Parts: sequence; structure tokens; C-alpha cells
Amino acid sequence: MSEKKQTVPFSGTKEQEQALREVIAGHKDEPGALMPVLQKAQEIYGYLPIEVQKMISDQMGIPMEKIYGVATFYSQFNLNPKGRYRISVCLGTACYVKGSGDIYNALMEKLGIVGGECTPDGKFSLDACRCVGACGLAPVMMINDEVYGRLTVDDIDDILAKYE
Amino acid sequence: MENVNLKINGISVSAPAGSTILEAARIAGVKIPTLCFLKEINEIGACRMCVVEVKGARNLVAACVHPVNEGMEVQTNTPKLLESRKRTLELILSDHERKCLSCVRSGNCELQELCKELGVADEDYFAGERNHYEPDTSAPHMIRDNNKCILCRRCSAVCEKVQTVGVIGPNNRGFATAIGSPFEMGLGDTSCVACGQCIAACPTGALYEKDNTDDVLAAIADPEKHVVVQPAPAVRAALGEEFGYPMGTDVEGKMAAALRRIGFDKVFDTNFSADLTIMEEAHEFLDRVKNGGVLPLMTSCSPGWVKYCEHYYPDQIAHLSSCKSPQQMFGAIAKTYYAQKMGIDPKNIVCVSVMPCTAKKFELTREDEDAAGVPDVDISITTRELARLIRKLGIDFCSLPEEGFDDPLGESTGAGVIFGATGGVMEAALRTAVETLTGEELASVEFTEVRGTAGIKEATYHVAGMDIHVAVASGLSNAKIIMDRIRSGESQYHFVEIMCCPGGCVNGGGQPQVHGNVRNFTDVRAIRAKVLYDNDAAKTLRKSHENPSIRRLYEEFLGEPGSEKAHHLLHTTYVERSVNEI
Repeated sequence: MSEKKQTVPFSGTKEQEQALREVIAGHKDEPGALMPVLQKAQEIYGYLPIEVQKMISDQMGIPMEKIYGVATFYSQFNLNPKGRYRISVCLGTACYVKGSGDIYNALMEKLGIVGGECTPDGKFSLDACRCVGACGLAPVMMINDEVYGRLTVDDIDDILAKYE
Repeated sequence: MENVNLKINGISVSAPAGSTILEAARIAGVKIPTLCFLKEINEIGACRMCVVEVKGARNLVAACVHPVNEGMEVQTNTPKLLESRKRTLELILSDHERKCLSCVRSGNCELQELCKELGVADEDYFAGERNHYEPDTSAPHMIRDNNKCILCRRCSAVCEKVQTVGVIGPNNRGFATAIGSPFEMGLGDTSCVACGQCIAACPTGALYEKDNTDDVLAAIADPEKHVVVQPAPAVRAALGEEFGYPMGTDVEGKMAAALRRIGFDKVFDTNFSADLTIMEEAHEFLDRVKNGGVLPLMTSCSPGWVKYCEHYYPDQIAHLSSCKSPQQMFGAIAKTYYAQKMGIDPKNIVCVSVMPCTAKKFELTREDEDAAGVPDVDISITTRELARLIRKLGIDFCSLPEEGFDDPLGESTGAGVIFGATGGVMEAALRTAVETLTGEELASVEFTEVRGTAGIKEATYHVAGMDIHVAVASGLSNAKIIMDRIRSGESQYHFVEIMCCPGGCVNGGGQPQVHGNVRNFTDVRAIRAKVLYDNDAAKTLRKSHENPSIRRLYEEFLGEPGSEKAHHLLHTTYVERSVNEI
């Protein structure tokens, strides 16, 4: 599934690895420890790339497929890091009927990534979200804490340019 | 254990406390349909095919996991239940690629069978969005086509629990859920050991071996090629099931006749090279014992086990016997000794094997399996593929006469035939090793301690003043227990037999598929293994070293077991692999 592929090179540090080791050691031989370990790992790294899942698999003796299955089941886990600029397009009912699907698709095309991914330079990440409480401005997207409303596809280039 | 009394469809039943409704119904002679349920492997009550009504219960309950209680009243066939099961099937069909006519499982598909039995009239009842997947063809032995997958999870449960490999499982959620490997890598890029137990567990055509039957027919049609065939011991114990014979029928003679009618130039037998393997392996064992070699010696006949050892215990591969498997030894001898005897260029010999195994397709591609400078074995087909070939060529299997195998690579002893059951290689090796050590004839050739379908068997034999500790394991979850003991240094074993598939090759990943509703209530391994032990018991010669053709092979060609020539032709090397390679 292309939406799960990783686009940003892994850049974990020795300190992060040490922190993960300590988390795993704290849960050694504890049944059902995978969820808390994954949650802590995501706190440490911000996301759960293959390199991190491999460390967890090797150290906990759990097949990587099991870990990946859990990581892709729960929406709280990310396989890709968030960009410096986190774009969230509202696909809630009001925004959707006002055409936010087109905005979302246009962003995927312009950024060359799909939802859940991050551009290879680490600049933009793209996600869909549900209702930001600004239905009167539909269709709406947010970039970090900035809200953009009454969007059309033609607005996108100018907005993205502000973040160059 | 105490029994509880309940009523199923008004019939009074007494069932052991802790039984499921499904088991109790079985006692009452009531069949409840199942689909995702595999006893002791996949007990998740997910598919809702086995739903029943329990008096007083708010909802329909899953009979496969719901325990019985005293005084329980169960109905299994009310109109509500029949409707529910039918709707469930229609929902499954709404996202199932219904190319049944061209499907490898057509006529043998559990989903198809249930749709027929439960009267599904409209496969488009729930027409809607469909998932579309590219089949995964990356593994050397098999294909996974998720378009036919019904997400029952039988495959991933077998992979994770029975084989402790766990390279496939459900990824993502909801409608996007699909069986796959981590980070959507191809199966061929994982530490899959190629055992094919997932294929054996699959109820539909989502998982199947790479079919090589056309390669076989092309070789036979080529006038330049001399095509020889070798069926493995376990094939004769199960091939009959494909043609309506009851499980446990020995079809050795008909199988030989069928192979001849398919058009092979010579119909030989892997049992012959199983005897040869014993000659080399028993010699290797005695050599390691006498000369302080690495112990315990571990058998290397099972390519799924060998690959597992290489991936998961790379630090232990020195324990593996250097002997090639019987499949590969056969090819090596066919293309050297036999080629010379017949005056045929080994390049023009095509060696085909019929195996109960999918990992054999991988094994023949390994390095250092080319005694004559060409691959020892060219094509390996499964028992299922042989059945397909027989049907394709219009051979009426049931009316075939019983025929024998050709000389000189078709003669075998009872020791060779029991290779197909867990403990068989150990018993065959002991028959030869003990007589070699003591120099005396065995009073009884039957080493019953290592027989049976238990996952792990241990025994100690007092031979020539020493205690020989042996262990036998089948199924990789059991192999793992033995390997952890060996790795930690706590084992006292001298000789260990490990078979990748639970019960050994009779239950291999290339054998005829047994439907869940049969397999849950039948000891498939024991019934098929009995064929091999009966075959052995009926033979006059039951020790590999008494095989006249094997003796002649050593006299004319190889010299002694373990000779330089034997080593060059019949032994191989292993590689260290890793798990989770990125």
C-alpha cells in the first residue's frame, strides 16, 4: 500500500536509541507490552519508521509483522514523521460537500505525497482531519496553527508559497 | 473431567465441561458450518459462520468458541440462523474476486462449498466498493492473491503460532485490512521459510504454490531430454485423497503407474535416496561422536527447517548435518552415477521431484546443490500439482493397475519410506547407526519411542556402552524449544531430528488440502503416518544399509559412506541469514 511507504530518511540518534532500549527493558517479559512500548517509542521518535520497529522486534522477540499490524491498525501511530509545516485538510461533512476532497487531492498532487506522508525534505506533511469547528468557513485546512477558509484549488499555490 | 448436560436441537447431549458448542454438537451428530475456525490454531470466532441460538442469550453466539453450560438449550438451524449465515457469505462475496472458473481451488474451496450448501443465490446481493490488489509473486514457492482473501486469518495464525515465523498478518484496519508482510514488503523479502502451511490452512484460492506442471510437460515433450521422476515418501500417503480415496490409503502402486503414463522416461523413488541419506547421515553421526565433532547432529532433510535455522539460529548451523536432503541426493546421483551408467549427458537429464512440500521449490535453487555442474533437481512439484497433472492428462487414477518403480534408483527399504512421518528419519538412522556401532543385528528394528504425533519426543538408547540421547521435533514452534535448549547449552542431545511441518512431511504444505471442518475433528497426521509405518512393516528389507541398490552404488561408484566422492556429491553447505533485514 503506497500510503504507508516511507519518504523521509531515518535520522534517529544514539540518545533516542538508548531511551528506547530502556523502555523495552522496563517491559521485559511482560505480556501485552507492545502497545505501551509503541506509544513510548512514538514519544521518543515522533513516529514509528521501519528502523524503530526493527529495534522493537529484535529486542522484544515479537515478529515485525505483528508490530506493523498493530501500528497500522491504530490511528494514533504514525509511520511517517510530521513536517515542519503540518497540513490538515478537513474532510468533515460540511467541508467535504463544499469540495475539500478536491483540495486534498490537489495537495497530494502538488506535494507528491499521499495522506499520512511527509515530503522528503521534511517540510510539509499532509493529513486529513475531521471538523476543526469552522464549518462557516468551509472548505477549511490548517497549516500548523493557521486556519485557511473558503478555499479553492487555485488558492493552494499562493498559500504553500508563504512557507517557502 | 466432569460432564455437563445440554440440549442441541432438542437432542440431549452430555459433553465434557469446557467443551465448545461446536464440539458438543459433534457429539450429538449435528454439523455446524465453520470457516475461520481451526482448532487450537485460530479460535477467534470472527467469521460468524458457526452462529447458533442459545436460549436466554441476547445475540447469536459463535459455536466454535462458546463453552457449554449445564442445562443449555441450543438451536443450530432456525430460519434466523440460516438467513444470518447466508448474509455473512454474501457480505464476504461482496469483496471477493469471484473468478471461480479459473481458480486453483475451484471444486475444492471452502467458501464455494459453503455458498452451495447454504444456498447463496445472488453473489451480487451486496454490490459495492471492491478492493483490488496486485498478487504477491516475490517468494520462490508461492503466490498470495489478496483479491481472493476472506481475511479469516487462518494463514497468519499458522505462521505465527504453529511455525513461530510470523511473517504475514493483517495490516491496516476496516475495509483496508489486508494480509501482508511488514511495510508491505514482498513475502520473498521476509524470513518466510517456504513451508506452505499457510497454503494448507487457506480455505480459498488466495494462497497457492507456483505451478510448475507446464514445465514438466514441456520437458517430457522435448525429445532431447531424458526426464526422470522421484516421488517423496509422503506423497503416496495422501495423493489418493485427491481422487476420492479415504484418508489413509496407500496409493504407491497407482502413483507409479500414473507417473509412467504421464510420460516420464524413468519412474524412480525418493525412498531410494532416503536410504542413501541414512547411509551418509548415520556415518556423519558416528564420525562426530567418535571424533569429537559438533553435537548434537541435527537432520537437514527438511528445507523449511534448514531455512528457519539459517534465519533464526544462524549461530547454530554447525549442528546441521552436511547431508543434502533426499530430493537433492537423488538428483546428484541421477546426474552422475545414473548418467554415466546410461551414457547420457547430465545436461540432458531433467530431474523432476514430486514433494509434499513447497520449500522444495526453494531448496533446488540453493547454492552448492549441483553435483554434476548442473542443478541436481530441475523441477519440484507438490502432491497437489501431481494430482492436477493426472487430471489434465485424463488419466483415470482409480482404475490404474499397481506398478513398481524402475531400477536402479527405485529400490528402497522400509527405513526410506518412514522419512515422511515425524521421527521416521531418526528411526531409520538409528536402525543403521546402532547396527554399525554394535556390529550385531537388531532384535527389533522398531524404535517406537520416537513415533507418534507429539510435537517433541525424547528418548535415550544404550548402545555399545554409551547412552545416546535423541530428540525429535516437528513444527517450528517445537523446533524453537529444542533450539533454545541447545543454544543455552542445557541439552544433552546427541542427535536431533527436526521437521518443519507439524507431524512431518505427511502433513506438508504441498499435500492435498484438508478442509477446516474435517481437519478440526481428524488426526490427519496420524492417519497419513500410519500408511508409511504399515508400508515399512510389510517390507522384507527395513534397514537402509541392506538396500541392494545402495550397496551396489557404493561398490561401483561412491566407495564408502563419507568418502571424498560422497562428500563432494552428497553433502552441502549452509548460509547465515538474518531476520528483519531492512
